[in-house]
Amino acid sequence: MFMRPTFRLVRDGTKIEFMRGRYMGLIVSAILSAASVILFFYPGLNEGIDFSGGIVMEVRTPGPADFARIRSSLISENIPEQGVQRFGDESEVLIRLGQQPTEGAVQQTVDRVRTALEKSIPGVKLLRTDAVGASVSAELFRNGLYALGISLAMIMVYIWFRFEWQFAVGAVVTLVLDITKAIGFLAITRIEFDLVMVAAILTILGYSTNDKVVVYDRVRENLRKYKTMPLRELIDLSINETLNRTLGTSMTVFLASLPLALFGGQSISGFAWVMLFGIIVGTSSSIFIAAPILLFLGEHRLRREGAQAAPAKLGATTRP
Amino acid sequence: MMYFTPLKTAVILGLCLLGAILCIPNLFPAPATWLPWRQVHLGLDLRGGSYLLLEVDMKSVTRERLESMVDGIRQALRPGAIFYQQLEAQPDQKRILLRLRDATKLDAAQAVIRPLISPEGPTNTPEFQMTSSPDGTIVLTLSQVALNARALGAVQQSIEIVRRRIDETGVVDPQITQQGDSRIVVQLPGVSDPNRVKELLGKTAHMTFQLVDEQANPNGGGLPPPGDEFLPMQDNPAEKIAVRKRVDVDGGDLTDARAATNQQTGQWVVTFAFNSLGARRFGDVTRANVNHRFAIVLDGKVISAPVIREPITGGRGEISGNFNATTATDLSVLLRAGALPAPLTVVEERSVGPELGADSIRAGAISLAVGFLLVIGFMATFYGLFGWFANVCLLVNLVLMLGIMSLLQATLTLPGMAGILLTLGMAVDANILINERIREEQRLGRPPLSALEHGFTRAYNTIFDSNATAFLAHVMLFVFGSGPVKGFAVTITVGIATSLFTAWMLTRLLVSRWYAARRPQLLPV
Repeated sequence: MFMRPTFRLVRDGTKIEFMRGRYMGLIVSAILSAASVILFFYPGLNEGIDFSGGIVMEVRTPGPADFARIRSSLISENIPEQGVQRFGDESEVLIRLGQQPTEGAVQQTVDRVRTALEKSIPGVKLLRTDAVGASVSAELFRNGLYALGISLAMIMVYIWFRFEWQFAVGAVVTLVLDITKAIGFLAITRIEFDLVMVAAILTILGYSTNDKVVVYDRVRENLRKYKTMPLRELIDLSINETLNRTLGTSMTVFLASLPLALFGGQSISGFAWVMLFGIIVGTSSSIFIAAPILLFLGEHRLRREGAQAAPAKLGATTRP
Repeated sequence: MMYFTPLKTAVILGLCLLGAILCIPNLFPAPATWLPWRQVHLGLDLRGGSYLLLEVDMKSVTRERLESMVDGIRQALRPGAIFYQQLEAQPDQKRILLRLRDATKLDAAQAVIRPLISPEGPTNTPEFQMTSSPDGTIVLTLSQVALNARALGAVQQSIEIVRRRIDETGVVDPQITQQGDSRIVVQLPGVSDPNRVKELLGKTAHMTFQLVDEQANPNGGGLPPPGDEFLPMQDNPAEKIAVRKRVDVDGGDLTDARAATNQQTGQWVVTFAFNSLGARRFGDVTRANVNHRFAIVLDGKVISAPVIREPITGGRGEISGNFNATTATDLSVLLRAGALPAPLTVVEERSVGPELGADSIRAGAISLAVGFLLVIGFMATFYGLFGWFANVCLLVNLVLMLGIMSLLQATLTLPGMAGILLTLGMAVDANILINERIREEQRLGRPPLSALEHGFTRAYNTIFDSNATAFLAHVMLFVFGSGPVKGFAVTITVGIATSLFTAWMLTRLLVSRWYAARRPQLLPV
């Protein structure tokens, strides 16, 4: 254990022809992403109060929670009781109230719930109160979109400068497909979509890009090394050569996220599940989406400089 | 590539040691005050506390400025007998409209108004733009520059007042910072019920002393006579009192206010003291109006309107008005801290009780420990000795991350803990790339030293590109994220930087030392 590796994930020198599945990969990915976009509109995301505005209060009662009592105490204050639900263990209750007409009303409602609970259930403890006004929630959402959009743009420019534009387009298209699937996953699982989820999606973005860059880097290197090899073979070779690394890194990130999903507690486990999903999607998309796109875009352009005059010139003129 | 001068070795190990030293302040409190004792702060979601986002009501800043200008104009027009049909502040258009009764007096009116709007201070741009038309209308428009300057001033002044009010409540270590153009973030560690703070911040506490118009009938339902306003009583809003609009003495001239009990009646009162200007004005007004009623107005409500028995010249007085111990204390706090230039609204509130914070720390710590062990086990199983090199780097990485975060006095949040774990998972990526590359080079038939050389060099190109893109994404998250999410972005960005260091320097150092000591014929990768 302390000297030689005990196992290898993949044996050396594999020659799997990944590019044979290029249409399959793209079609499956396109279908999943299209389904995700539909899910995004119907039924839509389970928006947390960060983005929808409103109030969430987490309450711990001394004994097992008496829901009838909590509901009636809220009703006596004219507060809708549908928002009361169990959360965590049996003494914990989550009260969720929708957006209030004004910022001031949000504050008043928080106070009314607080006093109503303290009156009817002695010893009740407020674990957490989040109240977000409408103007702030719109702003938080906008900032989340900015972060996403600018990150994508910067990644695109970076890859374009370090590689070629075909690589940049391939990466960004793949990333967009990855993100839509993550959003579809959020819609299906009904995991609450809040600020932390934006962080999760950006982390998936970072991880997935990282993964693509490693494969691209090998393609770039092999393009210089094997001047006459057809691009399709060359991409297959590059994927095979980096396969152990691709799987190894996704395993370690997966292993690091798993405990968060299992023991991280309510607020972080949603984040971790989305991460786990994103790791699987991000890893497979490097092979089945990013690489085929590169193959389609680069078939007649990304060819060795100087070895064959005609395609190289063509490549040079189309390059920005 | 694989050779390190003794100096280089010393620098690398020195940096690792420095990281460890920087972590020390987190273990126990500062033994002496002169020591630089920088620690990682626990975020409010972990230690419990409240986060309030307040918005300064900019509309009322504009409105107030316009109204005080209207007052000034009214007084300036009176001596010249310039009469008007309409004089009105229009806050929505940010302007004042003046319509003269006699259009021939247009020039005279402008001459009177001009000194009022002449630029003051170094900016040299007039605060108002004056335009007139021959039909006798004058429009004064508040300039955007002046408005921005006033808004900035209002936010900064509000921050100061908010700080003073919160300091009075005895909250330890509150953080009050500006966010954007018109918002203030208040962070209150350890306060899981921010109600009292919210109450204190919910009042502008603008106090004025205005004379009562005893002839007017405020409860008859008619409009107030010119120069008067009908204000509700604090205790009984249905009852209204007619007071003169003119402010005789302003609460801004107060130097002190205390809650006390009146020795004769035993009731709670608030005693106050004026500065010399306030004291003189207060003396003048009370001397001229003995046996008349003087209203004490707070935020547009009359606290009380006692009859002036005798001139009050010492600059001291007391307010009585149905107080109990708490309300008297609160009012004295508000008056001492000063009035807010504009009302504040709470637009976001997040509070976490200490129990939930403790739960979160426990959950985070368990996840961190389990995740760390899983990654170490994985590397040991799949990369053997070279996996253990990676594991040493991983540990150093964790120490360096904590060290840098301590140095930055960064805030550790629950998402931040998740960030640390993810970083550890991704940090070994650099080592995996290196190991795979060395293995590949060896399979191509290179002797060990050459395989190491090529492996490291080639892997670094990839490591740099792949980390740069991830780095960009998280910097964006830091720029646009808020609260706990910012903490997440900080840990990941710091982690990417430290993992580049451990991969680039430490791994290579470890491998080169091991190689120099063993000189193996075959690398066990």
